[in-house]
Amino acid sequence: MAELLGSSSVRSGRASFCLRVVGFVLLLVFAAAASASRDISNGTSKEPNPAREEDPHHRSNTTHHKKAFPVLSFNYEHVRTPFEISLWILLALLMKLGFHIIPRLSHVVPESCLLIFVGLLVGGIIKAIGEKPPILDSTLFFLYLLPPIILDAGYFLPIRPFTENLGTILVFAVVGTLWNAFFIGGMMYAVCQIEGTGLGGVDLLSCLLFGAIISAVDPVAVLAMFEEIHINELLHILVFGESLLNDAVTVVLYHLFEEFAHIGTVTVADAFLGVVCFFVVSLGGILVGAIYGILGAFTSRFTSHTRVIEPLFVFLYSYMAYLSAEVFHLSGIMSLIACGVMMRPYVEANISHKSYTTIKYFLKMWSSVSETLIFIFLGVSTVAGPHSWNWTFVVLTVILCFVSRMLGVVGLTYIINKFRIVKLTKKEQFIVAYGGLRGAIAFSLGFLLTNDKMKDMFLTAIITVIFFTVFVQGMTIKPLVDLLAVKKKKESKRSINEEIHTQFLDHLLTGIEDVCGHYGHHHWKDKLNRFNKAYVKKWLIAGERSTEPQLISFYNKLEMKQAIMLVESGSAAKLPSTLSSVSMQNIQPRAQPRGRIIPRISKGREEEIRKLLRANLQKTRQRLRSYSRHDLMIDPFEDNMSEVRFRKQRVEMERRMSHYLTVPANRQEAPPVRKVYLADDGDSRAVSGRRATQPNLSSPDAVSLLDESSQRANQRSPDPPRRGPELQESQEEQDQLKLSRCLSDPGPNKDGDEDKNKGFIP
Amino acid sequence: MGVSVAYSHVVGVWRSFFPTVSLEQIINLHKRFKQLSGNEDTISRENLDSIPALATNPIRKQIIEAFFDKRNQRQDEVGSFHEIGFEQFLMVMSHFRPPTLKTTEEEREVMRREKLRFLFNMHDTDSDGTITLDEYRKVVEELLSKSGAIGLEAAKAIADAAMLEVASTNVPHMEPDEFYEGITFEHFEQILKGLEMESRMHIRFLDVNTTTMHCGK
Repeated sequence: MAELLGSSSVRSGRASFCLRVVGFVLLLVFAAAASASRDISNGTSKEPNPAREEDPHHRSNTTHHKKAFPVLSFNYEHVRTPFEISLWILLALLMKLGFHIIPRLSHVVPESCLLIFVGLLVGGIIKAIGEKPPILDSTLFFLYLLPPIILDAGYFLPIRPFTENLGTILVFAVVGTLWNAFFIGGMMYAVCQIEGTGLGGVDLLSCLLFGAIISAVDPVAVLAMFEEIHINELLHILVFGESLLNDAVTVVLYHLFEEFAHIGTVTVADAFLGVVCFFVVSLGGILVGAIYGILGAFTSRFTSHTRVIEPLFVFLYSYMAYLSAEVFHLSGIMSLIACGVMMRPYVEANISHKSYTTIKYFLKMWSSVSETLIFIFLGVSTVAGPHSWNWTFVVLTVILCFVSRMLGVVGLTYIINKFRIVKLTKKEQFIVAYGGLRGAIAFSLGFLLTNDKMKDMFLTAIITVIFFTVFVQGMTIKPLVDLLAVKKKKESKRSINEEIHTQFLDHLLTGIEDVCGHYGHHHWKDKLNRFNKAYVKKWLIAGERSTEPQLISFYNKLEMKQAIMLVESGSAAKLPSTLSSVSMQNIQPRAQPRGRIIPRISKGREEEIRKLLRANLQKTRQRLRSYSRHDLMIDPFEDNMSEVRFRKQRVEMERRMSHYLTVPANRQEAPPVRKVYLADDGDSRAVSGRRATQPNLSSPDAVSLLDESSQRANQRSPDPPRRGPELQESQEEQDQLKLSRCLSDPGPNKDGDEDKNKGFIP
Repeated sequence: MGVSVAYSHVVGVWRSFFPTVSLEQIINLHKRFKQLSGNEDTISRENLDSIPALATNPIRKQIIEAFFDKRNQRQDEVGSFHEIGFEQFLMVMSHFRPPTLKTTEEEREVMRREKLRFLFNMHDTDSDGTITLDEYRKVVEELLSKSGAIGLEAAKAIADAAMLEVASTNVPHMEPDEFYEGITFEHFEQILKGLEMESRMHIRFLDVNTTTMHCGK
């Protein structure tokens, strides 16, 4: 193994890299395989693991003379569990990495398929060397692997399309799943009764239980698949929402049938209790989630002094919501979703931008790891698990799942379309039906079954269905979507005009509904919004942001994003956002026709400008602080959005004023703003090109410079019009540079300002 | 069928433009009309002003104006009415129909343009065919009118940014001394293309195929 690695380093190019990756992975696989077995504590010589080192000193066992001090010793048991876990996760992630290196593969085959395939391989290898491969333990799955994925989905759930289609989603989730469960269960039982299939031992309740397990659409698989096909928002939210909300139904049906499978009969009273149980499970789950969500939002109100731990509150409250719901056998998934949805608007108003980014990335990271692990373990468990293959049963299951899903969706849509405004077309119905994938939840539920007699057969059938849906449906849905020309996701970002008009439309439609006296959808939404604004926001959002209207927060976020984008794209580059040369001066109405003498700026205005500048100059110095973990003080840029606005306003003011300045030979006062930057150098030629900013002019200097250099500016040759826009840009870039300094960690740049000849990137 | 005889003239007008609405819905709207007008034949601005639910709506003035705007009557007239009758009321309400499964692509286009035209007319208060910066500022101010001083200050900035966006999307290259007069209808259509107005701007109970809800008090 080591030689293989060694020789491959001689060759160059991708082949060697791939080979190295494969070799390393195989190494890891062997290590994982070896560690997966039980009897390794005494380092038997059979093991082919070259990574271990045996130390001869370690074997010495005589006690009557002094043992040599062990320079190197071996103690694997000590770190065994975390070692194994880390090894598996590392393996999973390396696999994921590997797929994206091979370009053609990831376009044709969806990632979930590849991961299952790898799991099969790994399982096969482990089995081949005689060890017992690990199985996807249900506790591990439900308590550790599933929550991050659901939290990620719930926290970033697009609320507007979800609530607009809630009725449809609920009908699919509840009625659709019930239909699936009973249809599959019933048909299976009917077939089992037929002589000659050898399935006579399967009774009705077991069949129904099996139907309940296999009927639920799986959120993990759906997410993994839909991520790659970029389908339009409506279809995405329909299938995804359904997969989330059908958890309640699955939980109730599963417990109901499992209880009664032991007893053997179901009475009407039990069925009625089942219905009650469904409401308790779903509404209870949502309630638990909402409570934790409110708690989380309330806590985030006070975190302004301890920004570092803000993301943890979000994660922990959500996880507690999930666990608390699981304690009472309520629907943990719905609880988690409710918590995320409830928390999000308030938490986002309270936390810092960095915390928001942290939350986003951590959630994505954890859910990505979880998903990868789930699929790999599915593959491994397939190889490992005890199988009992019965052709009739398995094939029938697959066919029935497909058929019942199609029938269910088509039938339900027919009814739903009577109540929908935007009807679902046949193509959309087909995609919704085809996108109903089964996944690891079904497998884990099947694994939890205690009845050994049927368990193996059920498990085999479940795995076959999962494979069928993930492989066949997963691979073919992309070409089908293209073939049927289904609408794809709109890629464009939300513009400020769209936001204004979305809000305008909301108010307009509410108003029209009021004129008609019709208490519809919009009326109640408006009432909820007003309640939210009047009471809830005051409690859950810190400071003055509780009264900030949505349009303003949207606008602020947009400004922030644009500023960051400008900064990140590098100040040396041209301003990227201006694909057009339109600027503020093009839309401001011209006060008077050109050619006349431009009036002086009034004294009041000048005073205003000076005050602004002074305030900003002072603050700049204070901004660059140390970045100790304990010392992460309130980021003043962050917490004061009006700073950004000031900057923008100032830049626009400059633009307007410099526009006036393009008229030559006027002995008027050049705007004081520009003088600050020109101040220290008497050389007018240095005006052109890029200059470093000098933000740490102390305030008295600024004021005196304004007075002194007014004469100087007049004596200088005026800038030719061509310079105008260039100067504007340089001013703007100086501003953006300042912004960049404030946003990023401070470095030695503070002193670099003195040097005028440096470029923008110090 | 005495009821249908009484409404038949109204139905006639309606059907000549929109053959997709049901008699039941017209009757509902007529009932509401009578309620608002206090059993008169016409509605004035005061009648609409007195609807209590509208009081909390930030853009109620524009909404009420829209009912009295001649441009929304599809007869190419300009100006505004003092009072409107049932036909004009219906004509304004017809802008809020949803599309059906049978609506073709061209019909959707027409519908979208019609709805966008309605919105445009609401913004363009001086009926000159363009939305100037002042008019747009007014729109944003009204939207934020419930937020006091913060609203007024931010409204200007937001309106400016929005106008800039329209200008830069539609007229990418402007010289520094050119002036963008205002948003024309074509530009307006262009920037709101992504919102799919024909699916969003509708009132539920104007759809023939859904179960009809009744007008409340």
